[in-house]
Amino acid sequence: MPEAAATSSTIFGLSTQIIGIWVAALLTLAIYSFLYGDNPAYKLGEHIFVGVSVAYGAVILWYEGLVPLLINPLFRPHLVEDATGPKYSLIIPMVLGLLILSRFVPRYDWLSRWPIAFVMGLGAGLSIPRSVESYILRQMHGTMLPLLPPGANGGYDFLTGFGNLLLVVGVVCTLTYFYFSARHEGLLGRASRVGIWFLMVAFGAGFGNTVMARISLLIGRVQFLLYDWLPTIGIHLGGPGVG
Amino acid sequence: MNTAISRQILALIVAVLVMGLVVSAAVAQPPFASESPAEEETKWFNAERTNVLVVMVLYSGIVIGCIYYARRREMYIRPIAGLEAVNDAIGRATEMGRPMLYVSGLGGISGIATIASMLILGHLAKRAAAYETPIIVPCNDPLVMTAEREIVHQAYIEAGKPDAYEPDNIFYVTSSQFGYTAAVDGIMLRERPAANFFMGTFYAEALILAETGNMTGAIQIAGTDMDTQLPFFITACDYTLMGEELYAAGAYLSRSPLLLAQLKGQDIGKILLTVAIITGVVLATVGVFAVPGLVVTFLSWFKP
Repeated sequence: MPEAAATSSTIFGLSTQIIGIWVAALLTLAIYSFLYGDNPAYKLGEHIFVGVSVAYGAVILWYEGLVPLLINPLFRPHLVEDATGPKYSLIIPMVLGLLILSRFVPRYDWLSRWPIAFVMGLGAGLSIPRSVESYILRQMHGTMLPLLPPGANGGYDFLTGFGNLLLVVGVVCTLTYFYFSARHEGLLGRASRVGIWFLMVAFGAGFGNTVMARISLLIGRVQFLLYDWLPTIGIHLGGPGVG
Repeated sequence: MNTAISRQILALIVAVLVMGLVVSAAVAQPPFASESPAEEETKWFNAERTNVLVVMVLYSGIVIGCIYYARRREMYIRPIAGLEAVNDAIGRATEMGRPMLYVSGLGGISGIATIASMLILGHLAKRAAAYETPIIVPCNDPLVMTAEREIVHQAYIEAGKPDAYEPDNIFYVTSSQFGYTAAVDGIMLRERPAANFFMGTFYAEALILAETGNMTGAIQIAGTDMDTQLPFFITACDYTLMGEELYAAGAYLSRSPLLLAQLKGQDIGKILLTVAIITGVVLATVGVFAVPGLVVTFLSWFKP
């Protein structure tokens, strides 16, 4: 900590790093106070979080979006490397973007539907072929596996074959669960129930896996409070820290 | 021009546009993507993606056929518990005199789950307008907010209650994932909505939102196509729409022939997929010995 504090600037005699740690720690505790219920500390943390994130997003949008992608190439080409002149094709997206602002004029607010329709149409048009390729064709190819794959010594690998069979049965039964235009009775009903079992096993595995990841996030925050924040008030527990 | 004909023309135009987009996306290839740097030239047809084109043309044909079929006959849809409960949830909120909360997730406006979510919002808003139950819609994306305002406004007009529409109930919060989550949690605790709907694309915030809603005692219905978040919704919500059930919700709730036909088309597509998978497995298992050439040709068709 002393080394870091020596290199950082100070405000009212306090290192900016220490101030940052305190702000982060107090906001962390304010947000965690939600576990007790809604309270003024949580409200303060929530409002700061929302306000700062909106302001930060606006700054990022301006400096990493509008300035390098629109303003410089169109109005200040001399600032763009290898630019031979203003890029007039950018007028089209600029006009579409400005049409969104027509929401503020009730008489012309219908104009804002055009850019929305454009974005929705383009997004859908681009994502459909990609989805067909990655979610249908690739998945189908990955499912078409031999049930009697060749093993070592010229025999069959029955264990892999069983795994492949399980995969195929799981895929087909799960697909039948998502069949909406027929009653789930008889064979279809039984297959869809098997499909639900496969889904629930997959969800159970996913649940456990994600909970582990969330616990590691909690450990990270607790470590910050114990090993970064507490030392600033003279409590040293040892272990990792910024100092 | 009567409504049926105009709808047919509209459907045809939409189908042509979709196919046009798909075909152009599938076949057009920019010069820099040509086979080798030495042979840089513009290609108008990417033969490597012919399989995508065939699937899209086949599927579009099936859906268009189903649209014509749906106009003449009633179509059956199996009950979906999560969607049956939507009307109960609206009724509960109305009886308790409390608002409903609708969260359409973190997806952008062109996300398929977000589009499906907006169809559900339209139905909900219409019911909410009829019963004069407020519906609160905090948004994560400004474009989604704009579209959802339009949808809710239209729903209030269709319900004959345009004056009851409150645009301020559909508002932008922040694009930050956890900033948005903190704000929605706060709304749940302060406004105490009687029914919470989480429909769309969700990430790590799914459990935080659903758990807070559970704590407030609201009836909760969730739907997402994010398979990693489904387990959390299943454990913390009363009803969950899994994956394609979310896409089917628009057709299920509206019973519109156009949407029902799409659902039927999807089902036919699933049958074809199942047949193709079983054929592929049989060929991969026994065909290797009998007709190896056919197996390689068949399987390579699905390979990108």
